[in-house]
Amino acid sequence: MAKSLLSLQGIRKSYGLGTPVEVEVLHGINLHLAVGEFAALIGPSGSGKSTLLNIIGLLEPATAGQIALDGQPIDYRDEATLTRQRAARLGFVFQFHHLLPAFTALENVLMPQLITGDSFSGDARKNGEALLTAVGLSAAMNKKPNELSGGMQQRVAIARALAAKPALVLADEPTGNLDTKSSDEIFKLLRQFNRDYGTAFLIVTHDPRLAARCDRIIELVDGSVASDLPNRV
Amino acid sequence: MAKIPWLWAVSGTPTMGFELTVALRFLREGRFQSVLIIGGVMTGVAVVVYISALILGLQANTINRTLGAQAHIVVKPPEEAVRAQLPYSETLATIQPKAQRLRSIDNWQGLMPALSADPDVIAVSPMASGSAIAVRGEANRAIVVFGVELTQYNRIVELDNKLVRGSFRLNAGEIIVGTELAKDLGVDLNDRIRVLTPTASDQFQIVGIVDLGSRDLNRRALYLPIRTAQNLLSIPGGVTNIDLRIREIFDADKVALRLASVGNVNVESWMATNSQLLNALQAQSVSTTLIRVFVSIVVLLGIASVLVVSVVQKRKEIGILRAIGASRGQMTRVFLLQGAIVGLIGSVLGGLLASGLVLAFTSLVRNSAGQPLFDIVVEPQLLITSCLLATIGGTLAAVAPALRAARLDPAQAIRV
Repeated sequence: MAKSLLSLQGIRKSYGLGTPVEVEVLHGINLHLAVGEFAALIGPSGSGKSTLLNIIGLLEPATAGQIALDGQPIDYRDEATLTRQRAARLGFVFQFHHLLPAFTALENVLMPQLITGDSFSGDARKNGEALLTAVGLSAAMNKKPNELSGGMQQRVAIARALAAKPALVLADEPTGNLDTKSSDEIFKLLRQFNRDYGTAFLIVTHDPRLAARCDRIIELVDGSVASDLPNRV
Repeated sequence: MAKIPWLWAVSGTPTMGFELTVALRFLREGRFQSVLIIGGVMTGVAVVVYISALILGLQANTINRTLGAQAHIVVKPPEEAVRAQLPYSETLATIQPKAQRLRSIDNWQGLMPALSADPDVIAVSPMASGSAIAVRGEANRAIVVFGVELTQYNRIVELDNKLVRGSFRLNAGEIIVGTELAKDLGVDLNDRIRVLTPTASDQFQIVGIVDLGSRDLNRRALYLPIRTAQNLLSIPGGVTNIDLRIREIFDADKVALRLASVGNVNVESWMATNSQLLNALQAQSVSTTLIRVFVSIVVLLGIASVLVVSVVQKRKEIGILRAIGASRGQMTRVFLLQGAIVGLIGSVLGGLLASGLVLAFTSLVRNSAGQPLFDIVVEPQLLITSCLLATIGGTLAAVAPALRAARLDPAQAIRV
C-alpha cells in the first residue's frame, strides 16, 4: 500500500453549536488518502462535500474526530502550524476560481511563494511562468483576472494551487462554471500534474463524466461516506 | 494584546515583502478611497503644521518685540519698607508707604561674579539708571537715562542691531537716544542736548540714534556712559540694577528664584514683569494644542473607517490569501501597513501644502511698509515630527480594522 498522506478518523462537524438550530452535517467520516492519489468526491447538494473539503483544507475545525497530515495529527488550535501546512502542503482550486483581482495572472500564481518569503522575481518567477505556460497561458501572464475568460481564470487558479508544489490539491467543483470543452481541458491538466509531479488530488464534482475519469470515487450522502470504490479507467 | 501572540510571530517570513506588496496593491486597487483618505490626512496634517508654524512664529515675534530692549532678568536693590514697631493687633497706626529713593545695590561689585557663575547666565551688565529731563532750546522731555558699559550692555539686548543712524560707541560726553526722542527734541546726529536731574545737569553730543521696537521706549530712552550717569544721578560708583541674559528665556522665573539668594536684592524675571503677556501666550499654546489634538483625532478616525470598509470589501481576497497560506499575523500587518502608508504619504503631502501656505502667507500678507508681518518658518523638525506622528497614528488607526481582517474566518469568506 502506498504511503499515507491524509487520514480522517471519525470526523464530525456541527453548525450552530449550543443554539436551538444546532445541526450536524458530517457524522463521523473515516477517510484515507495515499500520496499521489487522484480521487473524486461526489454526492448530492447538501451532503457536506464542501464542509469536508474545508476541514481537510484546515480552513475550519472539525467538531470531533482526528485528522492527520503526513501521519502527523493536526491540532486546530495551533494556528501557526495550520497556516504553515496550508502554505507548504496544500493547494486550493475553488469553485469560483477566486483569483485576486488586484494582481496579474502571474502574480496570482506567485502569491503562495510570496507568502512564504520569496519575491516576485528570481526562481519563483521562472517557476510561475513555467506553470502558466504549462496551462497554456503564456500569452496572458500579465493580464488581470477580469481580462481573462472563465476557463482561463480557472487555469490560473490551478497553476496557483500547484505553485508551492503541494502534496495535496483540493479542488471544489473546478469545472463547475465551464463548458464541456473547457472542462475537459482543465481535467486533463489536473491529470497531467498528478502524473508529472505525483501530486494527490481530491476533486469535488457534480459531473459524473468527470468522476468516472478519476482513480477512486468517494460518495458522500447526508454527511456519511456511502461508498468508496476504486475506479479502473 | 496578550490574546494575539501571533501578531508579531515570524511565520516563515524573513522580509515584509508579502505584506508591503499586498498593502500597496490593495491601496492602488481602491483608488478613489485611497485618494480620499490620503487627501484627508494631507489636509489634517497641513492644518496642524500651518497652525503650529504660525503660532510659533507669532509667539517668537511677540517675545522678541517684548524682550527686544529688556533684560531677561533684572537684579535691583530691595524695596525700602516701613515696619511697624509694635505688632499690628496692638496698634491703630496706619502705615505710610515710604517713597522709593534712588539707591545703589549694596556691594554690587561683589555680586557680579556670583551672578556670572550661574550656569544659565550668559551675560551680566551693571546699569545706573534714573529719571531725568532732556532739554534743547524751548523743548524738554521727561526721559530715563540708562548709564551702561556699552559692550557689556550690548550682550544683554543687542543694541548695535537697533542702531538706525550714527555710530555705536559711547565715549565721555556722548549719548545714544531713541528715534522718537530725537524727533521730539528736533535733534539729529552730532547735535547737543542738555540733561537735567534734580541734582545735576550737563551737555551731551548725540552719536547714535536707536529704534528699540516700542514707541514708548523710543520716546524716553537715552543711553550714556555709566560713570556719567552715576554723577548725574548722584550715586557715585553705584548701580541701580544689574541686567542678566540667560540661556533659555522660559527658564527666567526658575533662574530668578535661584539667584534671589545671592544677596540682599530683588531679582525680577521678564516673565514676572510681563505675566499678562505670558498668560496670553499660554492660552494661545493651549488652543493650538487642542486644535492639533482634535484635527488628529478626526484624521485617525477617517483612516480607521476607510480601512474598516476596505476589510469588508476585501473579505474574499483576505479569505483566499489565508487559504493559500497567509498567516493571521501577515494579514494584520497588511492592514497596519496600509494605515502607515496612508499616514506617511498624506503627511508628506500635507507638509508640502503647509509649506506652500506659509510661503503664500509671508508673501501675500504684508504690512503697510511691504514687510511681512512677522517671520514664519516651517522648521524641518516640525515636518519630520508631523510625518512620524502621522505614520505612527495611521498604524494605530489601522489596528482595529487589521484585527478584523485577521479574525475573518477564511472558510466563510471564500463561500461568499
